[in-house]
Amino acid sequence: MNIHEYQAKSVLAKYGVAVPAGKVAFTVEEAIEAAKELGGKGVVKAQIHAGGRGKAGGVKLAKSLDEVEQYAKELLGKTLVTHQTGPQGKVVKRLLIEQLTNIEKEYYIGVVVDRASGRVVMMASEEGGMEIEEVAAKTPEKIFRETIDPAVGLLPFQARKLAYSIHIPKALVNKAVAFMTALYNCFVDKDCSVAEINPLVVTKEGDVMALDAKLNFDDNALYRHPDIQELRDFDEEDPKEVEASKFGLNYIALDGNIGCMVNGAGLAMATMDTIKYYGGSPANFLDVGGGANQDQIREAFKIILSDENVKGILVNIFGGIMKCDVIANGVVAAAKEIELDKPLVVRLEGTNVELGKKILNESGLNIVAADSLADAAQRIVALV
Amino acid sequence: MSILVNKDTRVITQNITGKTGSFHLKQCLEYGTKMVGGTAPGKGGTTIEGLPVFDTVAEAVRETGANASVIYVPPAGAADAIMEAVDAELDLVICITEGIPVLDMIKVKRYMEGRHTRLIGPNCPGVITPGECKIGIMPGYIFTPGKVGVVSRSGTLTYEAAYQLSVRNIGQSTAVGIGGDPVKGTEFIEVLEMFNEDPDTEAIVMIGEIGGTAEEEAAQWIRDNMKKPVVGFIAGATAPPGRRMGHAGAIVSGGSGTAESKIKTMEACGIRVAPTPSEIGATLAQVLEERGLLERCLIK
Repeated sequence: MNIHEYQAKSVLAKYGVAVPAGKVAFTVEEAIEAAKELGGKGVVKAQIHAGGRGKAGGVKLAKSLDEVEQYAKELLGKTLVTHQTGPQGKVVKRLLIEQLTNIEKEYYIGVVVDRASGRVVMMASEEGGMEIEEVAAKTPEKIFRETIDPAVGLLPFQARKLAYSIHIPKALVNKAVAFMTALYNCFVDKDCSVAEINPLVVTKEGDVMALDAKLNFDDNALYRHPDIQELRDFDEEDPKEVEASKFGLNYIALDGNIGCMVNGAGLAMATMDTIKYYGGSPANFLDVGGGANQDQIREAFKIILSDENVKGILVNIFGGIMKCDVIANGVVAAAKEIELDKPLVVRLEGTNVELGKKILNESGLNIVAADSLADAAQRIVALV
Repeated sequence: MSILVNKDTRVITQNITGKTGSFHLKQCLEYGTKMVGGTAPGKGGTTIEGLPVFDTVAEAVRETGANASVIYVPPAGAADAIMEAVDAELDLVICITEGIPVLDMIKVKRYMEGRHTRLIGPNCPGVITPGECKIGIMPGYIFTPGKVGVVSRSGTLTYEAAYQLSVRNIGQSTAVGIGGDPVKGTEFIEVLEMFNEDPDTEAIVMIGEIGGTAEEEAAQWIRDNMKKPVVGFIAGATAPPGRRMGHAGAIVSGGSGTAESKIKTMEACGIRVAPTPSEIGATLAQVLEERGLLERCLIK
């Protein structure tokens, strides 16, 4: 789960991570009020779940209340297109009004889970403000890493090593160590999957603080963080995905025209790949899970069809524990119930597959029973 | 022969009285697996399917002589369940549970350092040596005893591959689902090492997906060490970056973990990669034919 920058800064501040003073604003009036508290000026920052806001014109320096008003009016309701939003962009509905900072130098600090070592790793770089992937590609020697033993956490010497490696001014190393320790503590305490401070800044006044902050959380751990769950912004998510999650369906919207319904995440991905391989374009990823009962199939159909681009549907179910005739009955009943009027190709495999195909073929509905995934993909591509 | 499990493996189920645990207990018993008991804290002293239920894993191991366990404990308690099984010194622990917080798994891996237990999973279908021992949730009938090893991050693609092999009369030595989580007990390389040493495995099917670099590392290991032909498939070529595709570990982030990179590395390391999942069986059959191994791999 992602949260906004202002929310991330508020979570981090509770752990002692230094952040500039600031306040969220949903309206122009709130933006002006917030700026008054900051001495009549501030940075006006668009809050969307995507990076690259600065380059897209989503961050403005306002030197007066008039400028705050002008920028707030300009940004609220504006669609920002950054390299992370996709071409459709994201509508700005919230602003962060933040204290101006006298930046001396910018750095990068990130915390991630390293899959290969099965450990949390803290990364630091002197190339603040640049995307870490870009630094990793061009100058990998400028990224320093410390692997953290979960039994003892981030040790002070590790934080010092990072601080010295990226040339934090010596007088401020202790502040940087306190910053990194607080950041790590927040990461593990709140079950983050990514914590990125880019840039971390050293100010002319001698402070070490997070000018920007990105926190992602492990979805599997949200059950133990009700406070984080409350920060979820449904405006940032596809409504179809939100609806699907209510029924235990794993759905991700894509931009093609062939809807997919599959059991199992790996097979669902492979089904999308196969559609593409035969010249089609998948409209979604959808894993109905191992059960795939009639209720789930019906809801899955509804969600797939709520996407206007969908011209046909491919159902690919490997009947493992569940028998194919049971699944076929579920598909037919669900298709009848929602009065499905688009081409439907169904590929079933597993126990009682012949009986399953017979049920599909004799349903009186416009259902094509395919023999293999390759066959199913070619048929649906030909039909849409 | 086979790897990890065989007809002598004695298995306990952790959370044996739960809905999933009790359902698959029955399925595994029907398959012929030596299921010997299980745990359900608070229900010690009762029985299920005629098998004894214990409060703790230590007690279950002591009383049943089990050397493996399968875990169906819900996510919040699953890491604890794995560590309890490790503490009881079981040889093999298979965790089926999906949805364990990744930081819990980091603690588990740290806890397991220096101990001899092997963990498979979590978020996996389990391990099967066809005809001898099925531990987990895979449908047993699609597997056939034979000489091809299967290792996969995806459950349903394991079934897909095994089924395609079985209908071609190519049996399997052991199929191992290593699971779809980013931090897990066993990676590709460790399973490949076992298949490489197993005299009854003639070839291997390796099924990966987007996210991480385990497939690339495995491919390089194969190039340098593997004596047997390996056929691969990678799912997720069409997955958008930055999105988790069902599995917690299936995500392309920061340009790393793409299907393209994995397929490219695998092919450069001599692994034949099937273009679609429908062709996994055919691709393997072709490679076996080219190497003169097909006859030996066919079920007699």
